[in-house]
Order: sequence, then C-alpha cells, then structure tokens
Amino acid sequence: MINKQAKLVDNIFDKDSIERGPTRDGFGKGLVQAGEKDERVVALCADLLESTRMQWFAERFPERYIEIGVAEQNLATVASGLANYGKIPFIASYAVFSPGRNNEQIRTTISLNNVPVKIVGSHAGVSVGPDGATHQALEDIALMRVQPNMTVTVPADVEEARKATIAAAEYDGPVYIRLAREKSSMFTTPDTPFEIGKAQIFFESEEARVAIIVCGNLVHNALLAADNLEKDGIGTIVLNNHTIKPMDNTSVIEMAKKTGAVVTVEEHQIAGGMGSAVAEVLAGEHPVPIEFVGVHDQFGQSGDPDELIEHYNMGVEEIISAVKKVIERKA
Amino acid sequence: MSDIHDEKIKELEIKANGVRQTVIEMLTEAGSGHTAGSLGMADIFTAFYFHILNHDPKNPDWEERDRLILSNGHITPVRYAAMAHAGYFPIKETLTLRRLGSRFQGHPEREKLPAIETTSGPLGSGLSQAAGIALGGRMDRKKFRTYCFLSDGEHDAGNTWEGVMFAGKNKLSNLTAIIDRNNIQINGMTEDVMPLEPLREKYEAFNWHVIDIDGHNIEEIVNATEQAKAIYEKPTVIIAHTIPGKGIKGIEFDYLWHGKPPKPEEAKKFLTELRTLGGKIKSEHQ
Repeated sequence: MINKQAKLVDNIFDKDSIERGPTRDGFGKGLVQAGEKDERVVALCADLLESTRMQWFAERFPERYIEIGVAEQNLATVASGLANYGKIPFIASYAVFSPGRNNEQIRTTISLNNVPVKIVGSHAGVSVGPDGATHQALEDIALMRVQPNMTVTVPADVEEARKATIAAAEYDGPVYIRLAREKSSMFTTPDTPFEIGKAQIFFESEEARVAIIVCGNLVHNALLAADNLEKDGIGTIVLNNHTIKPMDNTSVIEMAKKTGAVVTVEEHQIAGGMGSAVAEVLAGEHPVPIEFVGVHDQFGQSGDPDELIEHYNMGVEEIISAVKKVIERKA
Repeated sequence: MSDIHDEKIKELEIKANGVRQTVIEMLTEAGSGHTAGSLGMADIFTAFYFHILNHDPKNPDWEERDRLILSNGHITPVRYAAMAHAGYFPIKETLTLRRLGSRFQGHPEREKLPAIETTSGPLGSGLSQAAGIALGGRMDRKKFRTYCFLSDGEHDAGNTWEGVMFAGKNKLSNLTAIIDRNNIQINGMTEDVMPLEPLREKYEAFNWHVIDIDGHNIEEIVNATEQAKAIYEKPTVIIAHTIPGKGIKGIEFDYLWHGKPPKPEEAKKFLTELRTLGGKIKSEHQ
C-alpha cells in the first residue's frame, strides 16, 4: 500500500482524474522561485527557452537571463566562468546536447574545476516521442554519474522537479537535473519530503518480496505495477531513487536485505544508468538477483510517447513481469 | 606616450630572464612538459604579474583582483614560474611539477593553487570562461578586468569562436584576450595544419578591437593593455607575435620543442645562456 508518510495525492491510482504535466514545468516554476530567493541565480539557454520552460525565469528576471544561441559548448563554459565569479548559473538545453554534445566542457570546466553550475537536460528518454532518436537522450545519466563532484537527480513528477530545482540552487556544487518533455502523472504534493541524496519509500506491502527501485517519469508506472501485484498477492516496496549520485546506498542496501530481490526501472540505457549504479552498490554490499527495466542497447524512434514506453518494454506490464521473473530467481 | 618608463622596462626584462630560468629548471626536473610555448610567453607573463595586473599575492582571493585565465593550460610552467617569482608560492616548490601529490599539476587545477582561477588544458574552453567571469563582474558593476591568454592553435576549436562571438555580442569591454601567435602547433605550422589568417580581420568581423604587438617587447605589451582599457564598446584582442622557445637561440622557432623538456645537459647550456644574457656578460648571475 501507499506509504502515508510520503503524502502523495489521494487519487494516485485513478487514471481518469489524476492531473498530468511534464517535469520541465516543475523546473520552470522552481527556477523562478530559486531566483526570487537568491539573486545570484542566473539562467543561460541554448535557443530552447520555451521548450525547457526557462522562459518563465527570463520573463521574470530579464537582467539575469543570458542567451547563448545554438552553442552548447559555450553554454557550459560561459556558465563555468559565471559560477567561478560567484553566480549560481542554471544551463538548459535538451539532454542530447547538454550534457551530450558538451560533455568534455562539463568534465573539465565544471566538474574538475568544481564550480556550482546546474545542468538541466530536458527531453530525456524515448517519451520525447515524434522527434525521434536524435532527440531522445538515453545515455545522459551514465555520462553524468561517472564525473567526480557531479550530483545527479531525476525528478519523478512536476512537483518533485520544482523541489529538485530549488534544492540544486542551494546545493554547493555541480548538479545535473534530468527532465522529460512529455506529461506524466502528478502524484507527489508540496508536503512530500524531498532531499538530495535521500531516497523515499512510496509504496510498501506487508510482506514485500521484491524492491522496485525506480526514478523519473516511470515512478508512477512502478506504483501502478506494485498496486496490481499486491492485489494478486505479491508484495513489493517501491523506492523513489531520485538521486543517482550521491546515491542513498543505505536505503538501497536496506531494501535488498528486506526483500532479497530487486527490479530497477528507468527510461535510460540499462548500461551505465540508475540500475547499474544500484547493481554496483549491491554487488559489493549485499548481492541479490536484479532485473533491469530500461532500454536494451538500442536507439529510440519516432512515435507516440506512451506507445514508445510500451514498445521499449518499460510499461506497467513489463515491470510486473520483471518482478515475477526476479522472484523465480530467488534462491 | 608610453605607459611605462625605461627603468621599469629594464627591470622587467631581467625578471623575465629569471622566469625563463625557473621554467627550464622546472621542466628539466619534471622530465616532461612544454618548453617552446612556456619560453615564448615569459615576457608577457612577467609584464602581467609585475606591472599590469591589479592583484595581491598575499591575498589571492581578493574579490577585486584582475582575473587572468590561461586557456592553453599546457604552458602552465611559465605561469607557475611567474607567480612564484611574484610571491604566490615558493620558487623551490615549483620543482615538484608533474610529480605525484604535487600542487603543480601538468595542467593547472583551480583547487590546487591560489589565484590560478581555472582548471585548463583541453583547448578551446578558456575564452568562454573568461567571458563568463567578465559578464558576472559587469552584472555586479565590479571594476576588475578579465584577461584571457590563449594559443593560436586553439583557434581550430569551435568553442573558441563561440566565445569570440559571445564576447562580441555582449560588448565585454572589461575583457582582453591575448593570443600567443607563435605560428606552431603539435603537427606543424598553424597555417599548414589549419590556416587561421586573416586572424585580425576575423576578430574585427566578430566586433572586437584588435591590436598587433611584438610579444617580447615589454613596452608594447604594457601599452596595448592600457589601450584596451580605453575601448568602451568592444572586447579587445591583443595578437602577440611571439617566438616559440624565445631566449634560447638554438631552439627558437622549432616546433619540435612544443611538447618536450630539456635533457639535463641541454638544461645546463640553456641556463648558462640565460645567466650570461646570451654571452653578453662573463660571470653568470642568478
């Protein structure tokens, strides 16, 4: 059942009445609030102001908005200079370009340089939809989590993206925030706790046999899967693992010990993603069978977002099958 | 009218000679590193740390300090040497260059040393960072100036031109770039590898003010930076024509000295050449 302490919405399993919105909206709202709180916050965009929702900040604080044009390497390096001077720059583009195209600039001038630039990669995952593979980032978590000093967050819905943005502004160091283009269920509330580096239990059955560790847009799918499984007598825990780095190892290990099996779920390549990070921790601390739900070494393609999630085996049914499969693998 | 008097010029020339000696000692001790570019920029670094920059080696984090960004981090030995001579750190410690645990990394790192400003080495990223610092300072009405030293070879990189375009657009008149125009890069002459000329016209087309100077003439270096302060509408670029390996006759202009250090017996000869001012004086001075 839903963990009451997580303060999630009441109609969480009602597909017809639950509100939907894209996580980039939460970022847009959060950035304006971060800008109100701290005048050192500045925003830079690579010609994608409206679609990254940085527009709301640019309208509210035009003197603190810096247009870069279609030049993501410059986006990262100008921001590095601003942060070096004493500003708190947020840089926004599509994740394929930033942190994709400008990866070395981020490595040298932000991570190694250790200056507090906040990198916002929107349009991550196949749920970008019709634009196709060129615009669907499936490797950005991997690119960012291998860099020392970098913090990596993947908000689960609009409200969590808002909180993650404000938290990133207050966090002393480089941060990556991964966002989605497509609307997804809005199920957390302003009262849902959020802290960088602290995973949350959103769902827990009385006798949990599997821990579903999940991040981003697919958290709601994992909750739907958990609800269905519980009705069928299969208990699970759903852990919202929104911070990939530094990961909440304590919670991950505790979940593995409690249930003895793990399913990871993310809209990203399985290689190098959140699931890999979980496996790295568990292999060293408490090995258990793991099933990985994500993209299997493929590029995306054009299509309807929901249809693509199903096509690439990240839908509710696929999560349910992975849970059943991992139970069979338990000794 | 000149912005520097003859006595001072003489003093800086002697200082630059000392900086070159430290560069040779450092590279020889390390057994690897970049000799040609480091020697070629010794006069400019000396002019900056001993005359041009508004800075305080005793208070390296001073908020109002001028920022000096070194984009082509591989010539960092000359920066380390000039800063050591200026009092930022002991000259002797620079001999730990490139050793495990040393603060003097093969390419400079911001968090290792005071006032080194940025981590650099991968080419093409420095000018944009300098532009970011200059813009941040201007937003807060700060008076400090930002200087960016960059190589000619790194003008092959798109990121450099993105920075040039950005600084031009934003009329960053508090930013001055100094290009080490020594015409060499690892694979040969810049004009063979990837022609940069006409470099002056390129910068002018991007709305920069351009000054060409002899990069070994202290007076010209100082006067050009003073002129840049009077240009309110544009960033300024000083194209400093330099001789790679300057100061050691036998290696001047030789691109093969881009990325190698002197062997100990070569170093001895080089140091003698510097200490006798090329044989002009008999007794060596330190």
